[in-house]
Amino acid sequence: MKVNEQIAIDHGLKKEEFNKICDLLKRIPNLTELGIFSAMWNEHCSYKSSSIHLKKLYTKGKKVIQGPGENAGVIDIEDDDAIVFKIESHNHPSFIEPYQGAATGVGGIMRDVFTMGARPIANLNSIHFGSPQHPKTKNLLRGVVKGIGGYGNCMGIPTIGGQTSFDDSYNGNILVNAMTLGLVNKNKIFYSKAAGINKPVIYVGSKTGRDGIHGASMASAIFDDQIEEKKPTVQVGDPFTEKLLLEACLELMAGKSIISIQDMGAAGLTSSSIEMASKGNLGIELNLNKVPCREEKMTPYEIMLSESQERMLIVLENGKEEEAKNIFDKWNLDFAIIGKTTDTKKIELFFDNNKVAEIPIDILAENAPVYDRKWKKTKLPQKIKFKKDDFKKLKITEVLKKILSLPNISSKEWIWQQYDHTVMGDTIQKPGSDSGVVRVHGTNKAIATSVDSSATYCYSHPLTGGKQVVCESWRNLISCGSEPMAITNCLNFGNPEKERNMGEFVECVEGISEASKFLDYPVVSGNVSFYNETKDKGIKPTPAIGGVGLIKDYKKMITMDLKKSKNLILVVGKTEGHLDQSIFAINILNEKKGPPPEINLFNEKNNGKTILKLIREGLVNSAHDVSLGGIVTAISKMAIKGKKGFKLNKLKVLINKFDYYFGEDQGRYIIEIEPNNLKKVEKILKDNSVHYDDVGLVTENDIVIDKEPILHIDDLIKSNKSWLEDYMDK
Amino acid sequence: MKSAVIVFPGSNCDRDMDVALKKFGFKNEMVWHNNPEIPKSDLIVLPGGFSYGDYLRCGCIAAKSKIINSVVKFANSGGLVLGICNGFQILTETGLLPGILQQNKYQKFICKNVYVKVNDKKNKYFKNIKKEILELHIAHNEGNYFCSDDELKCLKDNNQIAITYCDKNGKETEDLNPNGALNNIAGIFNKNKNILGMMPHPERMIDKYLSSNDGEFFFENLIENLK
Repeated sequence: MKVNEQIAIDHGLKKEEFNKICDLLKRIPNLTELGIFSAMWNEHCSYKSSSIHLKKLYTKGKKVIQGPGENAGVIDIEDDDAIVFKIESHNHPSFIEPYQGAATGVGGIMRDVFTMGARPIANLNSIHFGSPQHPKTKNLLRGVVKGIGGYGNCMGIPTIGGQTSFDDSYNGNILVNAMTLGLVNKNKIFYSKAAGINKPVIYVGSKTGRDGIHGASMASAIFDDQIEEKKPTVQVGDPFTEKLLLEACLELMAGKSIISIQDMGAAGLTSSSIEMASKGNLGIELNLNKVPCREEKMTPYEIMLSESQERMLIVLENGKEEEAKNIFDKWNLDFAIIGKTTDTKKIELFFDNNKVAEIPIDILAENAPVYDRKWKKTKLPQKIKFKKDDFKKLKITEVLKKILSLPNISSKEWIWQQYDHTVMGDTIQKPGSDSGVVRVHGTNKAIATSVDSSATYCYSHPLTGGKQVVCESWRNLISCGSEPMAITNCLNFGNPEKERNMGEFVECVEGISEASKFLDYPVVSGNVSFYNETKDKGIKPTPAIGGVGLIKDYKKMITMDLKKSKNLILVVGKTEGHLDQSIFAINILNEKKGPPPEINLFNEKNNGKTILKLIREGLVNSAHDVSLGGIVTAISKMAIKGKKGFKLNKLKVLINKFDYYFGEDQGRYIIEIEPNNLKKVEKILKDNSVHYDDVGLVTENDIVIDKEPILHIDDLIKSNKSWLEDYMDK
Repeated sequence: MKSAVIVFPGSNCDRDMDVALKKFGFKNEMVWHNNPEIPKSDLIVLPGGFSYGDYLRCGCIAAKSKIINSVVKFANSGGLVLGICNGFQILTETGLLPGILQQNKYQKFICKNVYVKVNDKKNKYFKNIKKEILELHIAHNEGNYFCSDDELKCLKDNNQIAITYCDKNGKETEDLNPNGALNNIAGIFNKNKNILGMMPHPERMIDKYLSSNDGEFFFENLIENLK
């Protein structure tokens, strides 16, 4: 088939991009070459719309060993230990085929982590679905949860945290973001940069089939009515093979034979081979007849574009082939020498003794198109003047029960009970907490991690929203007593060719950058997912932030469950009563306008550091950050976890009690302390100029708020737990 | 005391079991599935996981593996064989234990803490155990125990029902049954009580910082009984 402009357009390339390819090559590419260009130049692999903005992210810091640009980011956690971590999206495939889409998302991110020599120690996920009433939502949720569990459980890696939300804007585009953390010795990290000429290029893992061809291109386009036809672009996962691949790779990595290693993820053999050569400033030559294939008569085009899972490409030291082969034989995995590194700085492909492709590497990598797309700034919405008379007929306890049972607030136990969260025997804080926590095996250290996003705030004002997500992540890590270290971000947005969507991206990134710099909480890895749009309707901007924190002595970790009756409850941080964009305003008052709560980075940092100080002094019995639903929702969640009640004092502040209890001002925490520690706690808070309110105390079972009828904690537990169970199983 | 943990491709609780056995004083060895022989041991453990991907049926391929003949030989000569989770499934697939483990009643993987009651103490595993209601952890998709009426009668007549799901006071009710298992069965013995298969994971509950430390009672007691 002779390539022409139309074929290029069918491959997702723009007319100008095709002309650029012809100019750079000084000829028309053949079909295999065109396939390679389409795989490398799509949005998913090339970051062509996002790269100029991503450069603004704060990516450095004392603890950063490896920032963005590798398979995953790496941070130093002392004693030669390092944590490798990254989050990645698998949105488009999960909407087409929820089980396999989600499963291979989890498989892909784990490979990114163990490619660097790290043993995965924890998985998390951030998943977002359409309205619960939408006919597709239930099946998508069921399939995604089964897929995430199916892969992670079989691998034997605990899934220790996550986030689930429902919103109309995801009706036609669900989000599935998977995150993995791994542990590695910092002197034994493996990178993708190839080095040396005439080194053998090794293919290991599963055989190559015809699945997932054009997966990366599919993930770089919007959806239309023909979505069912895209099913063949979804990869099929086999977690058992990946478990073998993990063990085999780690066994090989224990020796000294690997020069570089890269997993075959998006755009499979194409992007892995080109990336290795490009980083090493080398050429690469592959004999495609040597690639282990699952199906007969696969063409070079198919072999290069297949996204079959559980495969790795390795550049070995000369003479180490036999040693490496023995290891992969032991684990029953395919092993093939498929080529070598060269000094030509070209990728050259051979098939049936013919050269079937020849492209200079720099054309594919450095000359990939970069777009400075037009974007529109979002103005800060006007503050809403709430009619306080509307509140008077409401009862706090009734509102509270309603909030606790909302889809976005209710307990997600139905989901995380399907994930093995205790395998590896080091999970000391389970899902359903502020952060999941796993011990660093055999040490006193532990790693806290959480994943957050706030699409409502980001949609209302992207710049504030971007800052807010970073701060919320920071707070979640602080709440369990960990020192926040670094983040990974998964930037889920609509169509970058639309000014509003591009603007949301640019301003969210700006917000993330500003907050992470101020908090010294650098971004070390991430992924961009654009084109989350179906028939002209895009998602709300949803940057998901995965945070990682270090606890030096895991015995000092704090949990959020209320511990003991008569203990005092303090709100740390100032409450102004910001109701716009709050759960209360949106769900109880049905008011969806107004600005999100303001972020004061100075207070955020100061409050967080002071909470850490209190925890380290041993003065805090439980802690939780205040987020959606405000103070009373936060205290209720602590009560539900601890199966205790609470009694709120009469308000000493001048603002309306609904503003106070349901406002979503930022930078706040709830802490439980022993009465005899109050003086010490007050001193530390005052010395650090941190505002606090003494709001109430822990009780055995009763929830006492003003003169309203007393509730039993079981009422709150029921309100919080039953929504998702009833929705899914009844 | 010497123990051996058999490692199949796809086993994933092998390390956890190794850590637990060593913590309570066993000299443990990991034995790869291709080994024809098992080193001389006082206890053989088949760990949890997804042996050979659990394709066809859970534990089915492992039950035909090279090393399983040595396990059967060891068990038939009275040696102690403990199968946890996937290990339990392998033991029913080999026929060393009666019955089968079906998919959970609600067709979902379940990972949570449960209480189990120790029903029989006249055996090496539970003799003198200090706590008879243990809080342990389950994590499985196929833990729904089932057997024929005759087999069940036999299990009851010989006190082969080792542990059953219950509440924290030991009361067995249907709503505490996490997976639909017949008679709330969480673990069973063979007739001689040298083979124990159970769904819960005591190896995940061996210090107070984890969600329970009742696994300590199990392992401490086991090594005492073997001395």
